[in-house]
Amino acid sequence: MSDGLLGKKLGMTGLFQSDGSYVPVTVVQAGPCIVTQIKTDVKDGYNALQLGFGEKKRSGVSKPVAGHLKKSGDVPCAYLREFSVDNPGEYSLGQKITVGIFKVGGSVDVSGTSKGRGFSGVIKRHGFHGGRKTHGSHSHRIPGSIGCSAWPAKVIKGKKLPGQFGNERKTIQNLEIVDIRSDENILLIKGAVPGAISGLVEIKKPKASKI
Amino acid sequence: MDTIKELGKEVMRLDHPNFESGDTVKVHVKIREGDKERIQIFHGIVISKRKNNANSTFTVRKVSYGVGVERLFLLHSPIIDKIEVVSRGRVKRAKIYYLRKLRGKAARIKERRLT
Repeated sequence: MSDGLLGKKLGMTGLFQSDGSYVPVTVVQAGPCIVTQIKTDVKDGYNALQLGFGEKKRSGVSKPVAGHLKKSGDVPCAYLREFSVDNPGEYSLGQKITVGIFKVGGSVDVSGTSKGRGFSGVIKRHGFHGGRKTHGSHSHRIPGSIGCSAWPAKVIKGKKLPGQFGNERKTIQNLEIVDIRSDENILLIKGAVPGAISGLVEIKKPKASKI
Repeated sequence: MDTIKELGKEVMRLDHPNFESGDTVKVHVKIREGDKERIQIFHGIVISKRKNNANSTFTVRKVSYGVGVERLFLLHSPIIDKIEVVSRGRVKRAKIYYLRKLRGKAARIKERRLT
């Protein structure tokens, strides 16, 4: 069994459970992914599958990549990612991997690139409360004091300050799978997953439960 | 986006009557006590309706023993047995939150005549 799949975030909605509760779900178009390369311990030093997902124009594929994809059925894939796997011998090049590797009620880890907010201040980026807005205050959205005086005479490393916020890889662990629509290759995952709508997400078996 | 709309259609209930803000409704709510299920009626004025696909909600306000009580329902929730429209009200706003500040006679709503 492959450890994961590639997917596309389609958006969020909600579902009613049989007891009347309302569960927020993220709809993810997961797979089908094509096995484009099999990495083995003997040859590459580790066991993994390279999976291809998404459509791309043939003219957009460079010659080296086209040559690489030729071995697995010559399908131009938009994204190629590696997933670890226990027994690479079970797979063949060009094999399709679908949402069948997951089951309803199980949990998954979802990784994606979070929405970019650009260079943000401490209120947006770290949730600081900010200063007073009225009564002569001039410190509205500034971080305030960032350290001590003559000792240690420097700002401590890791101090929360303004900077680039978002547009980085984020993983949310142990999200529950509420439903699987295998005929449409759709996963319904409880809660939010990182990234914008139509962004690429990696859905993996949970890291926490493997230990 | 189409997939989201399709999923919404699965959840949505189309058996409810059409009602708007200002209407007086009786909401029949299913309440489960152990294995038994009974129906409780929440009777009041709709003060807001939020339309958002499967996630639509409406708020019903009633005055119970002099205390204002508001309850927010998910329009497509399975816990709603049925919605009964008692009377139609003539209001000029979509959200009639001003009712919260009014008491007694002032909190009445004129009936809308359907011609």
